[in-house]
Amino acid sequence: MKEKARILDQEAVKRCVTRISHEILEKNKGVEGICIVGIRTRGAHLAGRIADCISGIEKEPVDLGVLDITLYRDDLTSISQQPVVHKTEIGFDITGRNVVLVDDVLYTGRTVRCALDALADLGRPRTIQLAVLVDRGHRELPIRADFVGKNVPTSREETVEVRLTESDGRDEVVLKERGNE
Amino acid sequence: MIWTRKDLLGLEELNREEIELILGTADSFKEVSSREIKKVPALRGKTVVNLFYEPSTRTRVSFEIAAKRLSADVINIAAETSSVRKGETLIDTGRNIQALKADVIVLRHGFSGAAVLLARKLDISVVNAGDGWHEHPTQALLDIFTLKEKLGRIEGLRVCIVGDIAHSRVARSNIWGLTRLGAKVTVCAPKILIPPGIEQTGVDVSCDIEEALSKVDAVNVLRMQFERDARDAFPREIDYFRKFGITRERLKKTGRDIIVMHPGPLNRGIEIASDVADGGSSVILEQVTNGIAVRMAVLFLVSQAHDKRISAD
Repeated sequence: MKEKARILDQEAVKRCVTRISHEILEKNKGVEGICIVGIRTRGAHLAGRIADCISGIEKEPVDLGVLDITLYRDDLTSISQQPVVHKTEIGFDITGRNVVLVDDVLYTGRTVRCALDALADLGRPRTIQLAVLVDRGHRELPIRADFVGKNVPTSREETVEVRLTESDGRDEVVLKERGNE
Repeated sequence: MIWTRKDLLGLEELNREEIELILGTADSFKEVSSREIKKVPALRGKTVVNLFYEPSTRTRVSFEIAAKRLSADVINIAAETSSVRKGETLIDTGRNIQALKADVIVLRHGFSGAAVLLARKLDISVVNAGDGWHEHPTQALLDIFTLKEKLGRIEGLRVCIVGDIAHSRVARSNIWGLTRLGAKVTVCAPKILIPPGIEQTGVDVSCDIEEALSKVDAVNVLRMQFERDARDAFPREIDYFRKFGITRERLKKTGRDIIVMHPGPLNRGIEIASDVADGGSSVILEQVTNGIAVRMAVLFLVSQAHDKRISAD
């Protein structure tokens, strides 16, 4: 894989998180009833940042959870790498809440579909909204994001890699392409 | 670490990473049982057959609940009500279950090695739920899981296993699993119930329960099966309790908090005093709860590995 372009740098990632946080508050008219749920692994990191940002703006804590979707995947048997099952950590009742689901990249929509199934087993939220850092297109399911950091037109031969300090040592988003290396 | 075995037959053959992968996966599965809807779709469309040649309620129910919480379909076959009574061999029964397109057989059998034999003859997954005096891997895994949950680690822990070591598959699996993870194991029993050569597995041997308890962090109390071994040389129940029974006085004498485990069913007043079984150091019911998560992890991992193998062919 050849690195083709840097889509977002550290400052840009930070601005995206700040803007998404404001948009979430605007759409939901404040923090009441909101909870933030990140999809493991990088969605969870972003969810943590959004929750921090929101509670910083509103001076009120906001519930934060982590969703592991491994057990809900529809491609468990076909993916080449064996997935490791991690914990779902949602320490509050999502029933009646406005759940903001957070992931790093929105692509086919299959991950979000799994997450919706997983959330439905945990309760009955009033709404589920979707926030992503990058929307790269190529949806295979009728799913769209409510809050998008950046829209990036891509081809299927390219991949979008999100790196976050919590897991990768720095913040950046890069576009990669299958090269002849 | 990737799980590649289609079967779980014993802990002797597993390396440390494999055991830790099962425990880690079980830790993730534990949360599922605390939900209002205690179910995930991971094994949807799979069929698990509990094939039990020995009476068992707790292990069978635990496997059944584990499979159902993963959305698998479960069939229970008890040997006494099946074709086994008409003379069908274990392998023939297994092949028929495979022909019915089941995905996993959970086998409990009175003969040591039964699970290994069946696993070799079948393409589908086999999980050993206890074979003779050989192994009972999921019991040991849930014991170790509970210990780890309580004390935060296994490496460096000192664990005493007390009871009929010679005839206990629970003891054997615990010895393999605990030593592989770096715990120090002492087995304690009347001399006649200690199998010759057990020291070669790396355990200490003691015939004095008070001495054994004086240097451990946890004690795993085995069920004494007087009904199975009615031999003259075997100690009588009352003598056994007097010499080896886990009592409050004996625990108190150590001056430390020792975790008390028991695989069940309890013989109150024979291997364990009632007030110890119900007391604050007992984790016996937590073991039962953890058994579900451990068995969910095992069912999930073996069927994943099996599916991978099929798609690789």
